[in-house]
Amino acid sequence: MTNVLVCIKRVPDAAGEVTLTSDAQALDARFVGFTVSAHESCAVELAVRVATADGGTATVLTLGPSDAVEQLRSALGVGAAAAVLVEADTIGFGPADVAKEIAAVVNAHAAEGRTYDLILLGNDAADTGDFQVGIRLAHELGRPVVNGVRTVEVAGGVATAHGDGIDGVETYEVPLPAVVTVLEGGVEPRYPSITGRMKAKKTKIEMLAPTGDPHGSGRVRLTLPPAQPSTVEVLGTGPEAAAAVVALLQRMGVAR
Amino acid sequence: MILVFVETGATGATEVSLECATFARALADRTDGPVHAVVVGGERPDVLVGELGRYGVAAVHHVTGDAFSAYGGGAWATAVGTVREAIDADYVLAPGTPRGMEVLAHLGARLDVPMAANVVAVTDSGANETGPLVVTRQVLGGAVLEEMNMSERPVLLTVAGHAVEARHAADPAPPAALRELTAEVADIDLVARVTATEPVEADRSGALTSSPVVVGAGRGAGGPDGFDGVVELAELLDAALGVSRVVTSLGWRPHHEQIGQTGSRISPELYIPCGISGAIQHWAGCASSKTILAINTDENAPMVTKATYAVIGDMAEVVPAINAEIRRRRS
Repeated sequence: MTNVLVCIKRVPDAAGEVTLTSDAQALDARFVGFTVSAHESCAVELAVRVATADGGTATVLTLGPSDAVEQLRSALGVGAAAAVLVEADTIGFGPADVAKEIAAVVNAHAAEGRTYDLILLGNDAADTGDFQVGIRLAHELGRPVVNGVRTVEVAGGVATAHGDGIDGVETYEVPLPAVVTVLEGGVEPRYPSITGRMKAKKTKIEMLAPTGDPHGSGRVRLTLPPAQPSTVEVLGTGPEAAAAVVALLQRMGVAR
Repeated sequence: MILVFVETGATGATEVSLECATFARALADRTDGPVHAVVVGGERPDVLVGELGRYGVAAVHHVTGDAFSAYGGGAWATAVGTVREAIDADYVLAPGTPRGMEVLAHLGARLDVPMAANVVAVTDSGANETGPLVVTRQVLGGAVLEEMNMSERPVLLTVAGHAVEARHAADPAPPAALRELTAEVADIDLVARVTATEPVEADRSGALTSSPVVVGAGRGAGGPDGFDGVVELAELLDAALGVSRVVTSLGWRPHHEQIGQTGSRISPELYIPCGISGAIQHWAGCASSKTILAINTDENAPMVTKATYAVIGDMAEVVPAINAEIRRRRS
């Protein structure tokens, strides 16, 4: 029985132009929706697969505002059995602070007999892009950590993970308990079923407060890269542009 | 003193490592300290000594031992940390690659200091080596920049790919001194390490990120059967094929072809995105292309307005016409 904790983060679903709040500390949320990163959707899928393969449970956790309940319910809808919200304004939390808060929940649950054999996170958050929460969490807990893998399976108390390395597909085998961070691409996240959605609505979410004051992220302010005026040269319209395109490719030495 | 974690490939230091050394040199000019490099595992890096010397590196520390026979983030961080301590470096820089990020994150956790990921510039180095340092780094896949205060020492930062161009030092520099050493690695850091590596087929291994020409295709392909034209164009130009996230999400093409924030980041001489609107997630992966030739039906699509050149039209018509024109000129 493998119990899995999967950590997610509510992030802006920014596709087009972004604007900042007047204090330059965050994205202006009036014009964006929210989601979790693609890496984390895959981590949730892996958590559910690993847990259900041998009768364990998948628990989803986030540190974020009360609205992050929405992202927790999405994970419950696709098979997570329990959810935890550490309610906090994430802007004041650096990656080390987040790792400490997750570790505090893991240790508090362990004291109640709820242990996690495997902890999954995304490789990096889509918004802050810190690339380090999973590793800092592993150090807090004194557990081994495998980083940036696409698949993970558990058998006989060992997690086997595969990821793309410099020289090819790399395999890691680590004894549980362990921490693993996930990249998109190894599994296809499932869609919630009707019954899954119903269950997600009814599941009580464990609400917690942070255990300490955050050290902070060091953020001074956000800025937008200077807007570059468009300097595009339109070579033509439709298939008639082919001659101009190939002339350009030849000038660039790309087409022979 | 600045220490740079250097990754090596078949022909020496990787391009991003040389960019990182270039970045370190600019930081050294402000902080008045020499730049040293650390290489972990592998053969004696004699070839690097001259190469890194030209990039202004004064000494290369090569850490070897049984612990480094297979890659592990914790063990590698111990190697870098051992050198940092020996030379008392106040700054440790790594390329913003998966390994660069992983190694510095371990070091940051161990030393309980922050690590700034994907730094593009040092905004303010303060009055001296111990003063506050403000760095600018990419967040939200580079769509937004964050100014981050680094008040603790050592300062750990990874340098975003192509934040600077790799350049030799202005003065002809002597080869770097080579120093061989070993490092004591704790048992827990040997638990998570690579136990096997399966080489991938030649056409997959890094072709997308190293090819000087990349042809891209997005939603405009219309379906899994809409890629014949771009596949042929890629063949004609000896280019790699990349796709947008929507294409892999819909299962039209495999994930390893994805360009973007959660896929590959490319920096070719020429990128030809076809039927790709250019959402933030995709732009994060292709922004450092030198020249972009966009083919799109929408003249207001971000990919078109940000491109160097554009053709306004349906890729299903335009791409086959380009292919035919290339073949016609060849015959």
